Amino acid sequence: MKDEAVTREDRVASLKGMGCSRKRVEDARFTQGKGNYVDDIKLDGMLFGDFVRSPYAHAKITNIDTSAAMEVPGVLAVLTAADLAPLGLHWMPTLAGDKQMVLADGKVLFQGQEVAFVVAEDRYAAADGIEAVEVEYEELPVIVDPFEALQSDVILRPDTVGEDGSPSDGAHGPRKHHNHIFTWECGDKDPTEQVIANAEVVAEESMYYHRTHPCPLETCGCVASMDKVNGKLTLWGTFQAPHAIRTVVSLISGIEEHNIRVISPDIGGGFGNKVGAYPGYVCSVVASIVTGKPVKWIEDRMDNLMTTAFARDYWMKGRISATKDGKITGLHCHVTADHGGFDACADPTKFPAGFMNICTGSYDIPTAFLEVDGVYTNKAPGGVSYRCSFRVTEAVYFIERMIEVLAIELDMDASELRKINFIKKEQFPYKAALGWEYDSGDYHTAWDKAMNAVDYDGLRAEQKQRIEDFKAGKTRKLLGIGLTHFTEIVGAGPVKNCDILGLGMFDSCEIRIHPTGSAIARLGTISQGQGHATTFAQILASEIGLPADSITIEEGDTDTAPYGLGTYGSRSTPVAGAATAMAGRKIRAKAQMIAAYLLEVHDDDVEFDVDRFVVKGAPEKFKTMKEIAFAAYNQAIPGIEPGLEAVSYYDPPNMTYPFGAYVCVMEIDVDTGVTDIRQFYALDDCGTRINPMIIEGQIHGGLTEALAVALGQEIAYDDMGNVKTGTLMDFFLPTAWEVPNYETDHTVTPSPHHPIGAKGVGESPHVGGVPCFSNAVHDAFRAFGLRQTNMPHDHWRIWRTANELGLHD
Amino acid sequence: MTQKNQYKLNVNGQTVEVTAEPRELLIYTLREQLNITGPHIGCETSHCGACTVTIDGKSVKSCTMFVAQAEGKEITTIEGLGSPDALHPLQEAFKEHHGLQCGYCTPGMITRASKLLEEIPNPTEEEIRFGMAGNICRCTGYQNIVKSIKAAAAEINAAKEAAQ
Ligand code: FES
Ligand code: FES
Repeated sequence: MKDEAVTREDRVASLKGMGCSRKRVEDARFTQGKGNYVDDIKLDGMLFGDFVRSPYAHAKITNIDTSAAMEVPGVLAVLTAADLAPLGLHWMPTLAGDKQMVLADGKVLFQGQEVAFVVAEDRYAAADGIEAVEVEYEELPVIVDPFEALQSDVILRPDTVGEDGSPSDGAHGPRKHHNHIFTWECGDKDPTEQVIANAEVVAEESMYYHRTHPCPLETCGCVASMDKVNGKLTLWGTFQAPHAIRTVVSLISGIEEHNIRVISPDIGGGFGNKVGAYPGYVCSVVASIVTGKPVKWIEDRMDNLMTTAFARDYWMKGRISATKDGKITGLHCHVTADHGGFDACADPTKFPAGFMNICTGSYDIPTAFLEVDGVYTNKAPGGVSYRCSFRVTEAVYFIERMIEVLAIELDMDASELRKINFIKKEQFPYKAALGWEYDSGDYHTAWDKAMNAVDYDGLRAEQKQRIEDFKAGKTRKLLGIGLTHFTEIVGAGPVKNCDILGLGMFDSCEIRIHPTGSAIARLGTISQGQGHATTFAQILASEIGLPADSITIEEGDTDTAPYGLGTYGSRSTPVAGAATAMAGRKIRAKAQMIAAYLLEVHDDDVEFDVDRFVVKGAPEKFKTMKEIAFAAYNQAIPGIEPGLEAVSYYDPPNMTYPFGAYVCVMEIDVDTGVTDIRQFYALDDCGTRINPMIIEGQIHGGLTEALAVALGQEIAYDDMGNVKTGTLMDFFLPTAWEVPNYETDHTVTPSPHHPIGAKGVGESPHVGGVPCFSNAVHDAFRAFGLRQTNMPHDHWRIWRTANELGLHD
Repeated sequence: MTQKNQYKLNVNGQTVEVTAEPRELLIYTLREQLNITGPHIGCETSHCGACTVTIDGKSVKSCTMFVAQAEGKEITTIEGLGSPDALHPLQEAFKEHHGLQCGYCTPGMITRASKLLEEIPNPTEEEIRFGMAGNICRCTGYQNIVKSIKAAAAEINAAKEAAQ
């Protein structure tokens, strides 16, 4: 092949490999309305299932009468716990080592809990059937406050007490009380107490990170189809972890795993909502077995907000100690974690509070201690990672607020305090006091870049002037400068310490090169909008020298994809991305042998160059990867098997630690509480950048979800356990009107242990964004004595803060 | 269950007849009877805009309307906006400017934007943000949606000028 006119740069560009803003291959179908989401699936004879849900937050069920419902035209079956009990399916294991009722077993523990499953010919008939099911409840005392739960005689979960009435052991050790789930400790307790007791300065603060919900635009759902002829169950659904779902379904149903096929079609956003296993999945499977027909279950928005997978709900109490000149010496954190009626967090088994122990943040803190108590209340179960790695948003919010509070205590500039305490570049890999080993970072460089970009000193001068003007009655608007430097921990994770239900958190990629030099690669992950089909092909293009446009990426079908733990916690690039690179390298190793044979030289005498192997020192002698692919299928090469395929299962040696520096400049109207984001600057360092366009898109989206959480979004309950924010009327999702334009920037500090140095980015903007928006609100009022006010900072709460500070007098 | 009736609709240029209960929401008729699955369901309470279609020249959230109310009306969905060989400028622009991620909001978003650009052919950023505020996107943060709509407006206007 002669292509002298084509330069090396041209060859690199034509691959559309790593580092270029390749346009997304997914978009053709989505822009034409040809996506295939679970609710688009239509099968012959398909039925529709839906739940009778509890109106009460805590009640005994004395009777369920389904006879009238069975008379409703179109209704075929009504399942209750009594029907599931003989199959052992009325309860199911949660990902957190607890168990959860599939259908109410004698009582309900939260409003909206699943009580009965009505199966009908269509959703209207199912809705009619639900109306006709008669359930008799006997109300019980409701507890929505975790502190009250730990004092109360009311036993929420009878299965938490032993025969003698004392609390039985939970999945993570002894319980302190019958409504207590676990205590998780990390770090050095006594040394931390000593450091704090002897410190020159100590700042103490309590904060509540409110309950919220990931609320992807598409709700959860599934279609279960039991083929009784072949004994095969196919389950389509909104699953962020299809293989894990297959294993769970097999374990709880007894159907052998090879007879179960789980398929995640296109998913309309996940953000953590679609990791767990929900009663709807179990009931659909049972209903399909019972009726012999496919059964679809799709949540409506209210079901979604009220029942599947809340996030956060952490009551955090901190003490941070320092020298007079601002060097931090110790950190103590206690969390009371409200898990609702069942502990259904999606955390790795050994981490009942996720990676909350990343709460020393970006700072060199020599001594620290963390203690988390999990508690049952009459609220929905969940505790998922909403656009973050396990509890990392909570951890980052905690430390970034504690830094601000310490700055107040020290009467110091909050940027200065951060700079004094950042882990230095030369300290990496850095062993943090709570156990993690940060892989790489250069925080000072990122921070200085951010401070220069926004003209930090200029902003502070403007703020000073503004405060004077405010005091002089010339303006009613305050200026807040929100700062955040976050360090994330993502890419779970090393199998030695991360598993879910005993399944090690590795991930996988399998590649098949076709004879004409195109390829298909399958992965154990599943995209929910991140653009995997685009970016994983880019990784491969750079690794194997075939154009990304000639590589199909397929995910989400457990019959074809290699086993993997799925997509959440920003683990796709750190884990499956690494598997992709490693599988690509296996392809390349075999290609090298084939090339050497074709060029009649020794294996060591050829080297890889962009899209070909060349003879060392003789670049005019080469074989392109395309030629090599063809040879792999049509030449009998001594000692080499035909074909060109590879598979890699990648167990990462460590997590990755993306970081970033964010600044939010916010105008606050003291009289209305209305906030206006004047500027938001986000510098992210996610290591090697695969597709800058997609990274930027992820940052815009994550910041917008952060804005929502910080400024208004919450799942709120009244004292009776009624959900007050069950529709999009009350649950804040920002529209284009409320959202600013963001400035994005980056530094690149590759991960030293990842094959391509990438760290993951999808969640960084959410993790870093929430404290940044919140710090901006706090900062606006700092001069008037505000230390801490809880999120969400909606207009009313901000107005109240201003009022309490006497700014309306 | 209530009595089923026959309704005649005009969808994407074709007259179709459906048999449905009058209480059936138009979005279900489109999706389940007519297999037009471009418009999606994100809330069923008129908040999210995922189900947006055009009815007699106006943007309508099709979860807000009963099929009975759509009798005789002209309905355009994302499927009627462009074809694989001739995409609507908005479809091109959303691809070009990364105006979508999971794609769930996209059909409603583009369908609404197509009307917005008829209402205001050369909108400012503020007009776009205001005019699109009925459509929620959970993934993109809107910045690239705004960019896509601006680019499509420029494209459409340039084509109009060239035609004159
Ligand atoms: S589904 Fe119609 S507006 Fe949300
Ligand atoms: S692209 Fe996912 S909701 Fe808009």
